[in-house]
Amino acid sequence: MRITCPHCGDRDRREFYYMGAEDYLHRPAEGAAPEAWNDYLHLRDNPAGVTRDLWYHEQGCSAWLLVTRNTVTHEILGVRAVDGEAAE
Amino acid sequence: MGFRLGKAGGYSGLRVLTEGLFGNKGWKPAWRDPAPKDSYDAVIIGGGGHGLSTAYYLARNHGLTNIAVLEKGYLGGGNVGRNTTIVRANYFLPGNSEFYSHSLKLWEGLEQDLNYNVMHSQRGLINLFHSDGQRDAFARRGNAMVNQGDDAVLLDRAGVRRMLPYLDFDNPRFPIYGGLYHPRGGTARHDAVAWGYARGADMRGVDLIQNCEVTGIDIEAGRVTGVQTSRGAIKASKVGMIVAGRSGQVAAMAGMRLPVESHVLQAFVTEGLKPVLDHVISFGMGHFYISQSDKGGLVFGGDLDFYASYAQRGNLPMVEHVMEAGMALMPMIGRARVLRSWGGIMDMTPDGSPIIDKTHVDGLFVDCGWNYGGFKAVPASGWCMAHLMATGESHEVARRFRQNRFETGHLLDEEGTGSQHNLH
Ligand SMILES: Cc1cc2nc3c(=O)[nH]c(=O)nc-3n(C[C@H](O)[C@H](O)[C@H](O)COP(=O)(O)OP(=O)(O)OC[C@H]3O[C@@H](n4cnc5c(N)ncnc54)[C@H](O)[C@@H]3O)c2cc1C
Ligand SMILES: [Zn+2]
Repeated sequence: MRITCPHCGDRDRREFYYMGAEDYLHRPAEGAAPEAWNDYLHLRDNPAGVTRDLWYHEQGCSAWLLVTRNTVTHEILGVRAVDGEAAE
Repeated sequence: MGFRLGKAGGYSGLRVLTEGLFGNKGWKPAWRDPAPKDSYDAVIIGGGGHGLSTAYYLARNHGLTNIAVLEKGYLGGGNVGRNTTIVRANYFLPGNSEFYSHSLKLWEGLEQDLNYNVMHSQRGLINLFHSDGQRDAFARRGNAMVNQGDDAVLLDRAGVRRMLPYLDFDNPRFPIYGGLYHPRGGTARHDAVAWGYARGADMRGVDLIQNCEVTGIDIEAGRVTGVQTSRGAIKASKVGMIVAGRSGQVAAMAGMRLPVESHVLQAFVTEGLKPVLDHVISFGMGHFYISQSDKGGLVFGGDLDFYASYAQRGNLPMVEHVMEAGMALMPMIGRARVLRSWGGIMDMTPDGSPIIDKTHVDGLFVDCGWNYGGFKAVPASGWCMAHLMATGESHEVARRFRQNRFETGHLLDEEGTGSQHNLH
């Protein structure tokens, strides 16, 4: 599997660290109810098909990337930096 | 239990002999192939190890026999037939410790109970350690195992060398300091476990229905009333969701989100060799563990591919890592040829421990989150899930496997790696 980083281009999967579903982008406000933290940290849609998840370009530019991909075929459908531009 | 092995045929040495004398014409299929009825007292979704053992113990321990197991493919085609078959009770945390201990005791009586040869082989498991810190952690784990009533022996370097002389003891990066030896650990024949439970359930009247995919869960006024399937609607007042890597999709049919992310785990087998590995061995400095099957193949595996996946095959980086780790630990296997590799879909929870629980829907139960360690759990999971479905109460050895631990923060993080699904 290869991921196209918007900054570094087409790179081997081994350069990236996988964190998990995009849920991690929606951090509850301080003092939110335990249910909100449970949603954020633990509960997942876990789709068989298209998903969006967070990858860190650890051995590259150190950007956090939001990757749209298919969990059944391993096809990468789109990549963009969490705070910015998309690749292609 | 008052159950007789009727004409359908008990298995025994005598039977093998007499069948042999008469051309082996008397063997019958090990279970029926019934059409689904319109309604059952209880329905189990998923014909893997856990679904089949739940059905078996519902019938055996609780006398519930008007039940069906609905399997979308064929029995044993999921993870129960894809794993590396290691059976052990070397857990540390209260909650896990008593559960896996109970499971190992069930394994030890399983063949007699099922009248089926599951080839359970207590060949001993050795977890190697490679530093002082790792030795301390394993010593502590070993003490917890002994406190639980199970067995553990801390081996020093010489002790490991006596048992496993073929390891690379002088590897400069990963010297072997010793190992935690669990003599009652070992392996079993994975398919036979599925088949043995299937046959035992079938003989007690359970309908095993294959090629029957559940596509919807019917709920009325907060109670489950049945399921929709590719073979029609089936009514039931109790439904168990026991679908491992597919737990997310099935729970979504009941409007639930689970603390589960599905990941692929790979395994490998070599060509058949003469006996060389008498134990199960795990490397402590990379993800690699190995045993030898009764057919002679070296069966080994490593860690997850680390990203959410439903592809029942893996990616190459983990293949490379596993091969490298194997060569670092036991260079003697370098000339064996790998025959096959495959993957299975693991239901990973954020603390690495499972769920056996009720849900917000009356009559709907869930058993999932087995991560990559659910084969050894097949007997106790079925035992405890059957107890829960029959009595409405958690079994005492599974009382910490509740969903609400994620809300209250009472996580069972056996490896201490934190709340991220792929880290366990
Ligand atoms: C490579 C690998 C190595 C492993 N090694 C070990 C090991 O050494 N020791 C250990 O203890 N564990 C191990 N495991 C983990 C263990 O195999 C699993 O945790 C366990 O088998 C999961 O439970 P199960 O047997 O019920 O799952 P499965 O056999 O996957 O059963 C689930 C069933 O549900 C069915 N299903 C799904 N959706 C539906 C639907 N909508 N309708 C009807 N049916 C449905 C599926 O077809 C499947 O048959 C390993 C796993 C893998 C993949
Ligand atoms: Zn980059």
